[in-house]
Amino acid sequence: MEKFITLRSTAIPLNIENVDTDQIIPARFLKATDKKGFGDNVFRDWRYKKDGSVNTSFVLNNSDYKGSILVAGNNFGCGSSREHAAWAIVGYGFKVVVSSFFADIFKGNALNNGLLPVQVSEPFLSDILNEIESNPETVIKVNLEEQKISIERKNISEKFEIDPYKKTCMINGYDDIDYLVNNKELIEAFEAQKIF
Amino acid sequence: MGKTLFDKVWDAHVVSNIENGPQILYIDKHLIHEVTSPQAFNELKERGIPIYRPSQTVATADHNTPTLNQDKPVKDELSRKQLQQLSENCKANNITLYELGHKYNGIVHVMAPELGITQPGMTMVCGDSHTSTHGAFGAIAFGIGTSQVAQVFASQCLLLTKPKSLRVSVNGKLKPGVLPKDVILYIISKLGTNSGTGYFCEYAGNVFEEMSMEGRMTVCNMSIEMGARGGMIAPDEITFEYVKGREFAPKDDDLTKKLEYWKTLPTDKDAKFDKEYFFDAEDIEPMVTYGTNPGMGIKINGNIPVENNLSFKKSLKYMNFEAGESLIDKPINYVFIGSCTNSRIEDFRVAANYVKGKRKADNVTAWLVPGSKQVEAQIIKEGLKDIFDDAGFELRQPGCSACLAMNDDKIPQGEYCVSTSNRNFEGRQGQGSRTILASPLVAAATAVEGRIIDITKHLN
Ligand code: SF4
Repeated sequence: MEKFITLRSTAIPLNIENVDTDQIIPARFLKATDKKGFGDNVFRDWRYKKDGSVNTSFVLNNSDYKGSILVAGNNFGCGSSREHAAWAIVGYGFKVVVSSFFADIFKGNALNNGLLPVQVSEPFLSDILNEIESNPETVIKVNLEEQKISIERKNISEKFEIDPYKKTCMINGYDDIDYLVNNKELIEAFEAQKIF
Repeated sequence: MGKTLFDKVWDAHVVSNIENGPQILYIDKHLIHEVTSPQAFNELKERGIPIYRPSQTVATADHNTPTLNQDKPVKDELSRKQLQQLSENCKANNITLYELGHKYNGIVHVMAPELGITQPGMTMVCGDSHTSTHGAFGAIAFGIGTSQVAQVFASQCLLLTKPKSLRVSVNGKLKPGVLPKDVILYIISKLGTNSGTGYFCEYAGNVFEEMSMEGRMTVCNMSIEMGARGGMIAPDEITFEYVKGREFAPKDDDLTKKLEYWKTLPTDKDAKFDKEYFFDAEDIEPMVTYGTNPGMGIKINGNIPVENNLSFKKSLKYMNFEAGESLIDKPINYVFIGSCTNSRIEDFRVAANYVKGKRKADNVTAWLVPGSKQVEAQIIKEGLKDIFDDAGFELRQPGCSACLAMNDDKIPQGEYCVSTSNRNFEGRQGQGSRTILASPLVAAATAVEGRIIDITKHLN
């Protein structure tokens, strides 16, 4: 996993609430047996019209907006546990998703794939959305060490929460498997004394 | 202070606590299927890590399997590849697999309970969010992502922060025609789709105590639709009776010892929950959803609410419904009875009981997809298949089918489907499909009439 410390980037506003995992990556794209290529189909049914042509009114198809930060409406990532949703977002090139609320499983999946979910307050979220919608050049800075997200030009920022263990993992670029495999004795000892 | 059912099971599985971090939680049973496991197998292979406890993993093929001609090679190339890879991975790693056509094959959340793999007091995971189903037995069961599947492969453990506890109590007497599906759709319509986020939910009260295991599974199955990681119901005599005698259930002395333990699991009287909700059974009516998340549910004879926000309007536009209107008499061309929510024998009995002596409407395509080979066999054995055949319903072979439309069972663009599944998201049952979630009774009645009817007026 790549290390994550700070990120400065313009952002893409996805001003929609309850974006569920079926929208992020429709089930018909889940047939792959590796993690590659999901980025091409992220938000597939919003990016393309039914006839396969590009839906120019969808924000990802608006060339004014670029960057590795996705800013989305409340309750992002609800729905299924499919990690493909996180792979699709990472595969498209995002490193951070900002929302005022994330579904549990999505949040865990994101962190396990080096994608940082930044949960901000409702007012801060609408500030960011307003800023980027009115000025696509707006730069957002995410500092994981200080757990701080800022809108640079406006000089406003907000602290965000992250599990301290997950933070260490993200900063050092290691994951849960490394940790668990290194703790095999503990697990074996537990199995030996477990009642059932 | 007393402990909750959840606390008891959780605490018994904590291997250790990481300072300032999560806990290492031991996982008793790991269920896998073709869609969310290949990348995890690859990950381990790439890192040179062996599967730690293959005997605690059970695999099935369900998500993208065809529901016709299962004895023939799978036509879709990508699906076939996924299924092949599952077989190879299981073989290479000594994992039991019930592949397509096996007498124990079925949807992961239907097959594991009916084989006695699911037991009270266990921790169970699967790369599928409806793993919450198994909570019906008083197990901690929840869905995980593929990275976590790899973690369990590598260590039989997960790193987790203990969720908060929530209890939903429903007491009183359910009205006729109100099924477990209606109970959970009602709860979600009241609480919304993220009231449970960060929580594990226990369902309590006489309504759940009196429910069959099938009904309890339907309820726990949809816990995830209110955002909860999982749902649980205290194990009791109904649970024990269901588990006993099943293929992989404990036997003899082992059973006696486990029963003793299982009986200690229910929540203590003085235990405290972080959040509690109470509902009256009398307030619950047969339910339908009108929108694109499972929280958008109304009484079948009620009206769609009027709300002035963007996502609500977008949702109604997708469904082609008007705020304030009723769904009664809406013409429906597709009916799906299946999915891990409602594809157990009881569900087909309810449907058959209603359908008996009637015929489906000509405009309706009615798919019945059993949750497992065992359910399929039971449907035939009990003569339900004949009833369905006579009524023009199509009994297909087991699998997830139109629940997520990864195989060919897709609802066409723009069509409505009254479905017993658990999700009505945009495109869930096929691109542009419009899903109305309901109980198997409402689904059966819809198929017979070709439109939504007020089932409360049609019960004798
Ligand atoms: S039936 Fe539907 S919800 Fe259940 S496991 Fe299959 S796809 Fe998931």
